[in-house]
Amino acid sequence: MNKERTKKASILRNDGFQTTISSILCILIGFLIGYIVLLIINPKGAGDAILAIMKNFLYYSSAVSAKKYLGTTLVKASALLMCALSVLFANKVGLFNIGVAGQYVVGAGASLYFAVGLGMPWYISLLAAIIFAAALGGISGFLKSYFNVNEVISCIMLNWISLYCVNMLLSTVKESSTPYTKPLSSANKDGLLPNLGLDKIFSNNKFVTIGVVLSVIAAIFVSILLDKTKFGYELKATGMNKHAAKYCGMKEKRNIIITMMISGALAGMGAGIFYLSGIEQWMIGQTSIPAMGFNGIAAAFLGGLNPIGAIFASYFIQHITSGGTYVDKTMYCTQISDLMIAFIIYLCGFVFFFKLFLNKYLDKRDEKMAAKAREGGEA
Amino acid sequence: MIKEAENLRFLNLKICGKRNQIMDNYAIEMLGITKKFPGIIANDNITLQVKKGEIHALLGENGAGKSTLMSILFGFYQPDGGEIKKDGKKIKINNPNEANALGIGMVHQHFKLVECFTVLDNIILGAETTKGGFLQKKEAKKKVLELSEKYGLYVDPDAIIENITVGMQQRTEILKMLYRDNEILIFDEPTAVLTPQEIKELMAIMKNLAAEGKSILFITHKLAEIMEAADRCSVLRKGKYIGTVDVKDTTPEELSAMMVGRNVSLVVEKKPSEPGNVVLDVKNMSVASQRGKKDAVKNVSLQVRRGEIVCIAGIDGNGQTEFIYGLSGLEPVKSGMIMMNGKDITRMPIRKRLTSGMSHIPEDRHKHGLVLDFSLEDNIVLQRYFEPQFTNKFGFLKRNSIREYANRLIKQYDVRSGQGPATKARDMSGGNQQKAIIAREIDKNPEILIAVQPTRGLDVGAVEYIHKQLVAQRDAGKGVLLVSFELDEVMNLADRILVMYEGEIVGEFSPGQVSVEELGLYMAGSKRMEVGAHE
Repeated sequence: MNKERTKKASILRNDGFQTTISSILCILIGFLIGYIVLLIINPKGAGDAILAIMKNFLYYSSAVSAKKYLGTTLVKASALLMCALSVLFANKVGLFNIGVAGQYVVGAGASLYFAVGLGMPWYISLLAAIIFAAALGGISGFLKSYFNVNEVISCIMLNWISLYCVNMLLSTVKESSTPYTKPLSSANKDGLLPNLGLDKIFSNNKFVTIGVVLSVIAAIFVSILLDKTKFGYELKATGMNKHAAKYCGMKEKRNIIITMMISGALAGMGAGIFYLSGIEQWMIGQTSIPAMGFNGIAAAFLGGLNPIGAIFASYFIQHITSGGTYVDKTMYCTQISDLMIAFIIYLCGFVFFFKLFLNKYLDKRDEKMAAKAREGGEA
Repeated sequence: MIKEAENLRFLNLKICGKRNQIMDNYAIEMLGITKKFPGIIANDNITLQVKKGEIHALLGENGAGKSTLMSILFGFYQPDGGEIKKDGKKIKINNPNEANALGIGMVHQHFKLVECFTVLDNIILGAETTKGGFLQKKEAKKKVLELSEKYGLYVDPDAIIENITVGMQQRTEILKMLYRDNEILIFDEPTAVLTPQEIKELMAIMKNLAAEGKSILFITHKLAEIMEAADRCSVLRKGKYIGTVDVKDTTPEELSAMMVGRNVSLVVEKKPSEPGNVVLDVKNMSVASQRGKKDAVKNVSLQVRRGEIVCIAGIDGNGQTEFIYGLSGLEPVKSGMIMMNGKDITRMPIRKRLTSGMSHIPEDRHKHGLVLDFSLEDNIVLQRYFEPQFTNKFGFLKRNSIREYANRLIKQYDVRSGQGPATKARDMSGGNQQKAIIAREIDKNPEILIAVQPTRGLDVGAVEYIHKQLVAQRDAGKGVLLVSFELDEVMNLADRILVMYEGEIVGEFSPGQVSVEELGLYMAGSKRMEVGAHE
C-alpha cells in the first residue's frame, strides 16, 4: 500500500509527466473559456463552433479531403515547429528571442528572393533563408553580449525593420496584377521543395514536401545538441548561471551570439520550408508581422520548452488555428476564430504556473500523509 | 566602555540571580516544539525558555533547526506540536505581524535597511506616526534620541544608511526593535560583519539591554561570544534539543561537544611552513570599483610562495572580492601585473588561467561556484568538461567517464547527497555543495589555490574538514591564498597574514606575533604600516 503510494507520487513528480498534464489542463481551460465567450456572443452556435475548431480537417466527411487538409495543417505546423525550436533554443541560454518573428520574415524574404528573383534551386534558397535569419539573430546576440542591450527590445525593433526591408525587397518579384509575389510553381519550379512522394500520402496535396520531415529532424537535432554535446552543456550552464559559466572560463559572450544565430537560423529555416513549399505567397505591403513567429513562442512554452514536446505542441496549435477557419461566419464575425485561438494560446503560457501549483499540492499532501503515518504509528 | 560593560554584567547577574528564585518567570517559552517537513524533522520536541532580562544563546550547527525554530516564533510556520507561552500565558502566533505585536523583534544577519533612506526613516518605517496623513518626524526623532541615549546606541538619525558604518547600521536595526517597544530581541549571528572592537561594543549594548529588562535571544556559532556575553545557552543538534547550560558553569569545549556530538579540535594542527619558490606574484594591482568612482583595489602587491598559506584578513567589503576577481580574471585589472609561475597572466583569459595552474574556490558558491540546476556530476566537471577524457572529438560528452570521475571524487572527498552524482546541486546541503567545489578545485592539482571564505555558513565538522584540506594542499607544496573575514580562521590557518583595508594592504604579520585585538585595529583602519612588495 505504502509502496504503491510512493510509486504513484514519483510519477506525479516526474518533470515530463507534469509538463504533459499541465499542458493538457491549459488546453482544456482555454477551450472552456473560449466556449463561454462564444456562448455570450451567440449561444446558438457555440457548440458547433468549438467543435469545428477541435475537428479542423475532420470537418470534411470524405477521407480524401480530410487527408488533404491534414497535409496542409502539417505543412503549417512544421513552420510553427521551427519557430518554437528557435524560441526554446534561445531560452536555454536564458534569452527571450521575441525576434523569432523578424527572423522568420527575413527567412521568407531571402528564400523567396533567391527562388523567384534569382531563380536559384530550393536548397540554395533554403540555405539563404537560414544564413540571413541567423545573421539577424546574431545582431541581437552581439548587442546583448557586448553592449548589454536587452534582447527583447533589440529584437522587437529588428522585427519591424525586417518587415519593411523584406516588403521592399520582394516588391521586385511582385506579380503585376496582385499584391503577392509571383507563385513559385510558375516562376521557378526548381525553387519548390521536393515532395519525395509525400504528397501521395495526403491525397495529392502538393504542398506536403520534405519540409515536414526536415522540421522533425531539426527537433531531434536540437534535442541531441542540447542534451548530449559539450556545446549544449556550455549553453545550458550559461543559461542557468552565467556567473558560474564565466567563472569556469566559458566564453559566455560568444555563446550568447552563437545561440542567437542558431535560434535565428531555425526560424529562418521555418520560413524557408513554408514559403518554398508554395503553399502561400508573400503579400507585399503587409503592415503586420506574420503571426507564425509569435505563435512559436506559445508552442515552445506549451511544449514545456522541450524540443520533442514542441513537435506535439506545434501540431496542436496549428490544428486549432486551421480549425478556426471552419467556424460558421454567419453566426460570428470573422475575427472569432483568431479570438478563440488567442484564448487557448494565452492559457498555454500558464503551463509553468500549473506545474508550480501541482508541486505545491504534492508537497502539502506528502506532509499530510507523513503526519497521518506518524499518528498511526504513535497510536 | 569595557569596564562599564563588566559592571553591567555584574548587575545583570544579580538581577538574574534574583529572578532565578522565582520559578517560571519566563518572558517567552517554546515548549516541546515539533516541526516536520517532508522527509525531515526540523524540530523534534524542542524546548527553549528565555527568562526576562537574560541573554540566552541559541547554539547549533547549520541545519540544527535554529532557523526553523525562529521562524515558528515569528509566525512564518505553525508547529506540528508543542506550544508557545509569553509571560506564562499560552499564545498562538499566526504571522510576523502578530509576533511584532507581541513584542518580538529580530535583527537579521543581513540587515533589512533601505540604503538610501536616513537612519530615522529606517527606524520608523512601517511604524510611522502620522497626523492627518502627514509624518510626525519630530516626535519620532525625539523618541529615537531618547532610546539611543538610554541604551548607549549612538546613531546619527539624519545620516543616510549607505554612508554609515556597519556597526551603526546594526545599531539602527536594534533601535528599530526598541522603537516598536519590543521586549524580546532576537539577534541572528550579529557579529559576522563586525570588527573585534565593534563586537565588544555590541556585547556591551546587549548586556545593557538585558539589564534594562529586555530578553535577548542570541543565535550564534561562535563559542567565545557565548562565553563572554550569554547567561545561559541552549544547544540544538540535528533538530533535537540537547540541553541548556549556565554559561558560567561550562567551557567552550563542552559547548562544542554538545553542538557537534563529538569532540572537535578547535585548533588546526599543522607543521611550520616551508616556503619554496614564489608561485603568485602580484605587483601594484588596481581594480576599478563596480559602484563608485574610487578604485576598489589600490596598488596592491603581494607574493605567495609554494608551501605557505597567505591569508588576507579584513572586514567584508574592503576590496577583497574585487582583488580576487582581478586575480581570477572575472574583472579586468586597471593597472599592475600578475605573475603566475613566472608567466605574466594579467590579460590571460579565465580558461587559460584555470588550465595553467590556478584553482579558485569562489566566495559565493551559489553565484559562481555551482550551476545549481545542474546535477552534481555536471558540476564536478565544470572546470574540465572540455578535456578529451570527458568530450570526444565530435563534441559529444562522454557521459560514462563523467559519471565515473564524479563517483571517484564523491567517494574520495565524502560528498554526500540524496541520489549520488545525479543529485541536483540545489538539493544538496551547503556543506556538501562546498565539499563538491573543493573536490573539483583540489583534484585539478593546482599550483596556486585561491580560497575565498571557504567555510562560510558551514558547520563545525565541515569547517574542520576544509581546513585540513587547505593545510594538506600547503604541505603538498602548493601556494594557498586564503581570504577570510573570520579572525579565528585567519589565526588558525595562516602562515602569513595580510590585512586589507579600503582596497589597500595595511599590515603584514606572522600569526604568532600579533593579537586578535591588534589585527582588529588594522582591519578597522585605525592603524597601518607601510607594506611594500618584497623583491
